[in-house]
Amino acid sequence: MRFLMFVVDDPDLAGTADASAVPWVEDATVKRVRLEGDRLRPVSDATTLWPKDGGGTFVSDGPFAETKEQICGYDLLECADLDEAVEVAAKHPMAKLGAIELRPVWQ
Amino acid sequence: MAVKDAVDEAFRTEWGRVVATLIRVTGDWDLAEECASEAFASALATWPRDGVPRRPGAWLTTVARNRALDRVRSAAAESNRLRGLAPIVSEEQECAQPDDAVPDDAVPDDRLRLMFTCCHPALPLEAQVALTLRTLAGLTTPEIARAFLVPEATMAQRLVRAKRKIRNAGIPYRVPPAELLPERVAGVLGVLYLLFNKGYSRGELSTEAVRLARVLVALMPEEPEAGGLLALMLFHESRRATRVDAAGDLVTLADQDRTRWDRAMIDEAVAVLDTAFDHARPGPYQLQAAIAGCHATAVDAKSTDWQRIADLYALVARVSPSPVVELNRAVAVAEVDGPAAGLELVEALRDSLAGYHLLHATRADLLRRLNRLPEANAAYEEALALAPTEAERRFLTRRVDGLWD
Amino acid sequence: MRYMLMITDDGAGPVESREGTLLLRPPADAVTVRVRDGRLLRTGGPFAETKEHVAGVELVECADLDEAIAIASTHPAAGRHPIEIRPFWPFEED
Repeated sequence: MRFLMFVVDDPDLAGTADASAVPWVEDATVKRVRLEGDRLRPVSDATTLWPKDGGGTFVSDGPFAETKEQICGYDLLECADLDEAVEVAAKHPMAKLGAIELRPVWQ
Repeated sequence: MAVKDAVDEAFRTEWGRVVATLIRVTGDWDLAEECASEAFASALATWPRDGVPRRPGAWLTTVARNRALDRVRSAAAESNRLRGLAPIVSEEQECAQPDDAVPDDAVPDDRLRLMFTCCHPALPLEAQVALTLRTLAGLTTPEIARAFLVPEATMAQRLVRAKRKIRNAGIPYRVPPAELLPERVAGVLGVLYLLFNKGYSRGELSTEAVRLARVLVALMPEEPEAGGLLALMLFHESRRATRVDAAGDLVTLADQDRTRWDRAMIDEAVAVLDTAFDHARPGPYQLQAAIAGCHATAVDAKSTDWQRIADLYALVARVSPSPVVELNRAVAVAEVDGPAAGLELVEALRDSLAGYHLLHATRADLLRRLNRLPEANAAYEEALALAPTEAERRFLTRRVDGLWD
Repeated sequence: MRYMLMITDDGAGPVESREGTLLLRPPADAVTVRVRDGRLLRTGGPFAETKEHVAGVELVECADLDEAIAIASTHPAAGRHPIEIRPFWPFEED
């Protein structure tokens, strides 16, 4: 089963623990549970394509929603089931500094 | 001409051009600004000794460019030294003394791509405005902060974040391709118009906005809305001396002393607008300019061609409809067909413009002309409650007092 | 440059998809994992209580932001659902 993992940071917890994801990435990749992933720039570098009334779109600075915690990276996981995905996610350093959201991918 | 004057003049006309070229050459906005500043400082130091160059822009660009190359090379050399590599050979060759014989059109003008990049829709609007003022008009961060009444640190952060986003999000440094041009031109014009209106009461920003609009018209002769915007600004500017009286009170268009309107500016605006209309692609700025032109070219208030103004507002309503446009059309209709006809149109706008002081002021004026004085009084009170400035409040109060004379 | 396109849903109706879109199960099927004071906290649902959420993502590689915007605007969901364009921040960069 594939899961999209959103890595989420909490600005209140920034710097309270080691955030280096490199060991986690290497380990998960070697174990073939992590297919790919990367960091994402913060929402200050985001742009959104909004629907216009009456059809069409317009471009605007900023994310689609303002939240305190923000998506700061993603990984695509291949796991036997949700429990395995949770186990893998819990080992990510950002689980301590924010949150990891697991979303099953429609097959 | 004193050297200081020559440098000031060169700064006003060349800063944007130098910065624009340096951003293209180096890809680094901060480096571009720093090297441009250093080139102007260098001018101040060497022109007294060597004379003012025949082509100050070319001189400044060359000096700034060489400085930038120096810095890029020594940064790279330092990095290579630290990594134990041989010194790099740069593709960009240092320019010899600027060649006065190089024709003007051989020096590229990168201001257009700079303008479009500053006004990219992926940047927050206030950042578009700040970046335009900093890089194209050469205003310093403190000057921009003062103009927008924000702390300097806030404005500095705004600029830092904007440049960071351009880099991190991959906003391209270019004039947009044809299929994107219409919406992107609208964005640039919107920023310039915002600057113009922001600065209207205090002057400095309006002057910069007009200057930038002139640059845009010169660089985009095929875009009639740029001419429309410039003409609109010039028509407004031409009346600056008569907008307020000695006491600081507002003077209506009908009461302004037309002999003190700037005729040269009006003539320029008329010419610019004629050229724009020759393209046969009317748009909202051209139409608004035509309306302003009706007022500017009327010999006195009585001679104003209100029918034409009403027709033009009807056209504006087709291309960019809004309740405010409809309100302005109602004012013109009242002049042509009488206050009752105008009032009928205004009544239809009471819901959509309930919070807009000019709706109530217009309603009040029309009611006054129909001799419905108690209702006029009530409407003026509503306008007063919503009026945004002291000058407007004083004006409306005088109107209320005048009802019962 | 690489970008993540987040096709979002705020309840305006089903989100359209196309080849290349990773369509995600709804937030009700999400699990959020946190570790606090050494304890694993596992909650059903998304990380934030917002009306809007990500319904699908696309990972695109293109020349610049304008191209990313163009790619996003050809998505069948564009014009009905907001699409956020987030640049990648490769580990090798600052």
